[in-house]
Amino acid sequence: MNSNTSAESNNNLLEVKNLETSFSIDGKLYNAVDNVSFQVKPRQIIGIVGESGCGKSVLSLSIMKLLPKGAGKIRSGEIIFDGVHLETMEDKEINNIRGKEISMIFQEPMTSLNPVFTIGFQLMEVLLNHHNITKKQARQKSVELLKSVGISRPEKLVDEYPHQLSGGMRQRVMIAIAIACQPRLLIADEPTTALDVTVQAQILELMKEIQEENGMSVILITHDLGVVAEMCDEVIVMYAGKIVEKTDVDTLFYEPKHPYTKLLMEAIPKMDEEVELLSSISGIVPSLKNMPEAGCRFADRCPKAMPECKYITPVLASLEDGHEVSCLLYDQSKPKEGVNV
Amino acid sequence: MTKKSAVMNEEKRDQDQETILQVNGLKAYFPVKAGFFGKTVAHVKAVDGVSFAIKKGETFGLVGESGCGKSTTGRTILRFLKPYEGNILFDNKDITELKGKSLREIRKDVQMVFQDPYASLNPMQMVGDIIAEPLKNYNKNKQKTELQTEVMDLLTKVGLPTDAYYKYAHEFSGGQRQRIGIARALALKPKLIIADEPVSALDVSVQSQVLNLLKQLQAEFNLTFLFIAHDLSVVKHMSDQIGVMYLGNLVEIANKEGMYEAPLHPYTQALISAIPEPDPRKKKRRIILEGDVPSPINPPSGCPFHPRCPFAKAECKEIKPVLKEVKPLHKVACHLY
Repeated sequence: MNSNTSAESNNNLLEVKNLETSFSIDGKLYNAVDNVSFQVKPRQIIGIVGESGCGKSVLSLSIMKLLPKGAGKIRSGEIIFDGVHLETMEDKEINNIRGKEISMIFQEPMTSLNPVFTIGFQLMEVLLNHHNITKKQARQKSVELLKSVGISRPEKLVDEYPHQLSGGMRQRVMIAIAIACQPRLLIADEPTTALDVTVQAQILELMKEIQEENGMSVILITHDLGVVAEMCDEVIVMYAGKIVEKTDVDTLFYEPKHPYTKLLMEAIPKMDEEVELLSSISGIVPSLKNMPEAGCRFADRCPKAMPECKYITPVLASLEDGHEVSCLLYDQSKPKEGVNV
Repeated sequence: MTKKSAVMNEEKRDQDQETILQVNGLKAYFPVKAGFFGKTVAHVKAVDGVSFAIKKGETFGLVGESGCGKSTTGRTILRFLKPYEGNILFDNKDITELKGKSLREIRKDVQMVFQDPYASLNPMQMVGDIIAEPLKNYNKNKQKTELQTEVMDLLTKVGLPTDAYYKYAHEFSGGQRQRIGIARALALKPKLIIADEPVSALDVSVQSQVLNLLKQLQAEFNLTFLFIAHDLSVVKHMSDQIGVMYLGNLVEIANKEGMYEAPLHPYTQALISAIPEPDPRKKKRRIILEGDVPSPINPPSGCPFHPRCPFAKAECKEIKPVLKEVKPLHKVACHLY
């Protein structure tokens, strides 16, 4: 890949522009990801948060071009990785990038490893695919990789099968596979959701260590705001397929702007606070088929909703210092009094 | 407050609030069978000697990581499983050995809310029938119209529209389904509800709705909860007393303040320190535990936590610590105290 092109595109490792990914239901197309744009800089950990059904996993699958064939499709928009357009790439070409330049960790360590192959085989597969090395070398490298993710007896483990390992160990193996080729971008989709807290702490620590060592960028998809606060530099909040807020992690937690972000923060029980009842958001995320055609998608659940929220669709607009919000309460075209939330 | 007056206070409280559930040395073992004749070769010691008590109207939170035996404890109390050893006193009655009719009578008073709102409701039944089922079970002669009004009442109580009666479970979201499960558990006006991870399958915004509902219902009907969960912040929000389980053992019992402000057991300390806090400015000192939870078939000798404990001493390998009160209202099973 050409390093000149990456310098031209403002040093962004990944740039997603106006991405729309749609699914066909009963012959009609519905956008699960709707007009999403963001950038990932080198060495950056960017978090994507939102409740289930808000499109965060579909977004990551779109970037990896792993959408289920026939069901999901990138409708429009651009995905530029290091100056190269991924959205128009043929499967054959993208195979050289997938697993090597960009790799992914999935939520379910139980189901994302193949149960009929040994751990070593699955690790060597990635290495042999992308490097010109012998099987013996690949095996040696696999042992080293397993060691680097904190597995205590890697020589034995390469010959074992996934069912012989605990959930935390399997996730370590998944990470070993993902970092085998030293990718420049790692997409982690809920990597610790299926794990216990003490194991989650181990895995998060490990991911941070590797990130600092390899200098890779990470897109961390999660619904856990605690994990976001711990890991991320920047955060994107998604709701119903759209980005509603985007800012650095400190601003998000201390000066959240979008009503959805605020409510989400208030709904989690805090360790150092005592309340009788938690605040909650009424209703649920609208399904793809029931998505409002116009207006803000959160309007029905929003306690701050104004009449115009129902028909004017807000756009993601910059406030200050790169803090972007998509909400009519903050629309610059409106008089300043409206900003009083 | 001196220790003596605290103890006196506790005694006073004991008199004020009667104990509704008392579990003594409860063990639940599952046999591991092998060979042609299916001989029992070992036991999975899922619950290995657990004792605690819950007072009427209170919530006892049971926390621990997966595989620590918290769900098995709940199921054994409900007598879904037969205890291997120990006894269970419910409302001052020993229910450990109950069978048939008398067990059915107890089940009326002890109900359960399950974790998975997708798997715990029959997809072929109307919601109304799901909720009416326990009512029908215990009162065969009830009129259909009477049942219907009762179910509609329950639906309103859990915050669902009454037309939910004629719908099927798949038409509802996860949070609404959990409300249906709660309505079913409430139908027989139980005294104790065992809630096994009732919100772990839900999104945060919905999770808070269900937690609020449980609290409101508790106040309204003077319910007692055994609240089983792995999420420590949720347990803190819900519980009065909290018990921490590790590998089939209760390692610490305390009230909410004691448990979170001054945890004593090294495992509890690690568990609390491992929770990622939603505050980027707070960088807390984290205790990272090494390794995984050992197998309950062959638990470590002595203290079950000693192979992972940063403070393990020689005696921890040999002698199993017992749960003892080291501070008023704060029990811990650890040789450090």
